[in-house]
Amino acid sequence: MKARAFSYFRAGTIDEALAAHADAGDDARFIAGGQSLVPALALRLQAPRILIDINHIDELRSVRREGEWLRLGALTRHCEMLTEPLVAEFAPLLRAAAPFVAHPAIRNRGTLGGSVALADPASEFPAMVLALDAEIEIAGPSGRRCVKASDFFIDLFETALAPGELLVAIRVPLFRSNQRIAFDELARRRGDYALVGCGMIATLDRDRIADISIALFSVGNVPTRARSVEAVLVGSSLDAGRIAAAQAALSADLAPADSDDVPAAMRVHLARVLLGRLLGRLGEVR
Amino acid sequence: MSSAPTELDESDEAVRVRMVVNGRKVACDVAPRVTLVDCLRGQLELTGTHVGCEMGACGACLVQLDGRAVHACLMFAVQADGARIDTIEGLSESGVIADLQAEFHRRNALQCGFCTPGMLINAHELLSQVSRPSREAIRDALSGNFCRCTGYEAIVDAIAAVAEARAAAAQGRGDSSR
Amino acid sequence: MTAPLTSLDRPNSYIGRSVPRPNAKRLLAGRGRYVTDLRLPRMLHAAFLRSPHAHARIAGIDVEAARALAGVHLVATGADLARICTPWTGTLDHFKGMISEPQLPLPLDRVVWAGQAVVAVVAESRAIAEDALELIAVDYEELPAVVDLDAARAPDAPLVNPAASSNICFRAQLDSGGVDHAFAAAAHVIEEEFSFGRHTPVTLEPRAMVADYEPDSGMLTVHHATQTPYQFQDLYSRHYGIPEARVRVIAPDIGGSFGMKLHVYHEDMAVVGLSILLGRPVKYVADRIESFVSDIHARDHQVKARMAVDAQGKILAMDVHDATAIGAFSTYPRTSVVEGNQVIRLIGAPYDFKSYRATLEVVFQNKVQTSQYRAVGHPIACAVTERMVDLAAARVGVDPLAMRAGNVIPDDAYPTASPTGYRFEALSHEVCLRRLREIMSYDGLRAEQSELRQRGIYRGIGIATFVEITNPSPAFYGVGGARISSQDGATISLTPSGEVRCAISVTEQGQGTEAIVGQIVADQLGVAQEHVRVLTGDTEVTPHGGATWACRGAGIGGEAALQTARRLKANILEVAGLILQEQPGALDIVDGQVVSVANGQVRLPVAEIARIAYFRSDTLPPGTQAQLTVSHHFAPQGYPFAFTNGVQGCYLEVDIDTGFVKLLKHYVVEDCGRIINPMLVDEQLRGGVVQGLGAALFEECRYGETGQLLNGSLADYLVPMAMEMPDIIIDHVETPTADTILGAKGCGEAGTAAASACVLNAVNDALTPFGASVNAIPITPARVLKSLDRY
Repeated sequence: MKARAFSYFRAGTIDEALAAHADAGDDARFIAGGQSLVPALALRLQAPRILIDINHIDELRSVRREGEWLRLGALTRHCEMLTEPLVAEFAPLLRAAAPFVAHPAIRNRGTLGGSVALADPASEFPAMVLALDAEIEIAGPSGRRCVKASDFFIDLFETALAPGELLVAIRVPLFRSNQRIAFDELARRRGDYALVGCGMIATLDRDRIADISIALFSVGNVPTRARSVEAVLVGSSLDAGRIAAAQAALSADLAPADSDDVPAAMRVHLARVLLGRLLGRLGEVR
Repeated sequence: MSSAPTELDESDEAVRVRMVVNGRKVACDVAPRVTLVDCLRGQLELTGTHVGCEMGACGACLVQLDGRAVHACLMFAVQADGARIDTIEGLSESGVIADLQAEFHRRNALQCGFCTPGMLINAHELLSQVSRPSREAIRDALSGNFCRCTGYEAIVDAIAAVAEARAAAAQGRGDSSR
Repeated sequence: MTAPLTSLDRPNSYIGRSVPRPNAKRLLAGRGRYVTDLRLPRMLHAAFLRSPHAHARIAGIDVEAARALAGVHLVATGADLARICTPWTGTLDHFKGMISEPQLPLPLDRVVWAGQAVVAVVAESRAIAEDALELIAVDYEELPAVVDLDAARAPDAPLVNPAASSNICFRAQLDSGGVDHAFAAAAHVIEEEFSFGRHTPVTLEPRAMVADYEPDSGMLTVHHATQTPYQFQDLYSRHYGIPEARVRVIAPDIGGSFGMKLHVYHEDMAVVGLSILLGRPVKYVADRIESFVSDIHARDHQVKARMAVDAQGKILAMDVHDATAIGAFSTYPRTSVVEGNQVIRLIGAPYDFKSYRATLEVVFQNKVQTSQYRAVGHPIACAVTERMVDLAAARVGVDPLAMRAGNVIPDDAYPTASPTGYRFEALSHEVCLRRLREIMSYDGLRAEQSELRQRGIYRGIGIATFVEITNPSPAFYGVGGARISSQDGATISLTPSGEVRCAISVTEQGQGTEAIVGQIVADQLGVAQEHVRVLTGDTEVTPHGGATWACRGAGIGGEAALQTARRLKANILEVAGLILQEQPGALDIVDGQVVSVANGQVRLPVAEIARIAYFRSDTLPPGTQAQLTVSHHFAPQGYPFAFTNGVQGCYLEVDIDTGFVKLLKHYVVEDCGRIINPMLVDEQLRGGVVQGLGAALFEECRYGETGQLLNGSLADYLVPMAMEMPDIIIDHVETPTADTILGAKGCGEAGTAAASACVLNAVNDALTPFGASVNAIPITPARVLKSLDRY
């Protein structure tokens, strides 16, 4: 398990990183936390000619409030999600998901931007970014652009990022006092990729759900919004009957494939159970 | 049959990496593809950091990078240029984990010892963040450290006992910083 | 049944004391020296190209580009190594009729499992060796593969070994007689089928070796992460034609073994050959991906069982059929049929019934070899037996603990024998069951379980009694022709400064062998343990012996140490008697001082005797030849095995909506005879239990339809981790064996033997209200949910 030879370039600025990528062409890879990329290199599943290290680009680091958004630099480490007060206050769904991301030492190194750019359908943060209707800031050879999370995740490990483009930051709408969140996942062991996971954020109007956004992970090729379920819930209160209706609606949102250890029907069942439990919790915290 | 050997890939040529390892400045020449753990174990002969899976799933290779526990198999040595690295050898020599080591020894919280350096690095980080973690919190903190020998209980016991002892000592000093 | 007091029980004895391991401090400081750490001058690194196919003919191999890569020193194929290494065959004579195909380090023309090493590259670094692997082209012609037990036994199955007439490796039958009659007369007949998935040991340090052949002296030194250096000394000598005295195998610190590192692996044999071909040290460390496809796997059994029970719940008979699929050949030199053999012989072993019949069928398939891994066969025998007992208890309407109490062999019935012919010297099932009831607060747990059920929380209690085979005599391997020793030897010296040095053939993998040997020697010689240095794991330094396998270190190695130390003590006292003008029998050694037995008066430091004997022998009476080094061997006699016993309990909760199982607490009552170091025994049990719990809930090598391992990485193969494992409460009963002075038996496999059986029973107990049952291990959420018909 030794990587194929590559050259290394440490970028000091976004422009340097983009230029290095442009010079190298398709054979370059950005490396941030590297917690998924390095094993892929060690297994020779990927073998770029040049690795462009973005860990030392200060512009990618900050967590700050920008108007109605919380802007999280791409290099925000998973562990910072647990300790950064702005995340706890303005993006509690990300805070809630963070302890489930792998293990402490992985969280010390892994980054939000790396996780979202990789778009592993079993990962927590891509799905939560989707649930939050976040916007993804991208820098590329032809300048900056912003992509809505709902347009970002395209297929298995495929995103709106074009070759040579760099994910710069994630912006999430500020959490408001009339909102509630819930997150949980079913993983065989602590820190494993979940058999199914789910996070949600609801806006309440007294005891009714004015708006709700629900995203699941480990249910298909991409992180998945449960739009049918959301439609069932908006305008209603969270009583047992409505939760059951929401669970019933879930199959319209999911189409997982059989895997060798988890049949598709079981995954849908687990997603329903998890959804029901989370909606129940959401109902309780009012 | 004997033709000239195929030349090594140019990108496999060594580059100079400077780090502060266990408090000492070191410089070593490694190819970019050499992981930090292979550099520590190879060039620097710090074999206390172990290799168990090379994909961040076992915790045997944990070291401190600028004070935080990371998998030395999940970064390349060249990425650590300019960084401060502390390994089990350095933490042992500085004495900062002496109480943990003594308690592990007293309770036999290790058998083959292969996971032990990683366990200690993680335990050290946990206790630097939480002064009296619950058993559940200790188990959670160790959730990425595989031990095939002990069944974990003695490790959890040892960490819990050190946490208690440190907290008691801090209380004795009137230290309320945590 | 607590042991009677003997000289081993005196108050200041090291025997029975929880002394921390002297060698553990080094490991805690990161100063272990594992084979993976080793670097020798001129050392090169090996890597192997592996077959992507489960079964294929090798039509051609093109290695020219790999050979041409800078930094590559050797590319070797099967033919290159076959010139210097003789083939091996994994059969033993006492397994009548078993067959297996001869093996070479690398295949000549056919691969038989996906992951089999095909070509070796030796280069200046592992990375360059892996670069070269990418340049090798192998032309494979795929052959039909046999990928599971059922496929192997199908009438028109493709043959794993085309030279054989079927895929059957071995068949065995046991029949005590009276089985059909017992079933015909039974009030209840319980039937169940079980399946046990494949799992694999996953030592944290992978397999590692540095082979160093020095052509001028013809000396081969192998630094080998193994638990059995003497076995490998013999094998390397015979298969490479090097005189035994010129083969040295050194086993330094080992990062876990559990049986995995005592088998012959193709790569390991190849690395020795590569070093011989190059005349340089060659290092090979299996990376984790390689480990999963080339370390032995274990289990992979399907068992059909029937149990006859009378109306009062007395077990009358059992009738079982065990089918197990090994790899494409049988492992060398211990074979792959031992596990199945132990399954059929251990089923029912704790219980008092006479009529037993069993059939064992061992078949080949195109997967990596299975062989002995911690608790060999016990977990299967135990799970089958204990689940059948629970089913019978339910049928009869008896509490599971009471069912066991009414059926175990009574503690006063020994010596006795099992229906399968195992001879039991003395076991303690009844007292163990009583202790378990206490430490579990069994009745309290039942009440809690019942109360929680009303609230929709489904907890389960599982019990499993077990019998473990330890201290094996030559009946295990020697009688079958294997050059695997069942005796152990020690050489103990009083050094010139009066310290003690003990070189012993049992080996250390972290279980504490060196610690307990030090305790025994210190205890017997009357010196402080810190003055006893124990050396293990080097065939050039330590006497030949069995080393570590089948729970023999304390029982056999410990007895060897004890007997050797007693002989040395007699020699020391003989010299002391000459110096002091006393009868040796009037003297003893306490705390490093020779004392008078009569009044305890200190007469002379032991160090003084050493000084005189080594440097002033002229002051001793003429004709005196002080013998302050003693070598002595101990081979077990009497019972062929020292059986141990115990019982485990498990308390868990099943989430009936998700199928997830949460382990709440685990309990063990164990009787391994005399306990030398209680802390180390407890830690053996805990570690063993957790390996069993991993097997019960998580661990399984899953294969695809074409025979590829699907989850062969540490991210995909689920080992038990800290968060999911329970605390484990342990209690002991001590019934020493009378076959030795020490009275110790083994304890290393007891934890693993019954843990998965306990979990199986507990999960089924939790599912009782739903009429659901699970009969497959591992017990995955998918299996639990399927049993509940939830998807």
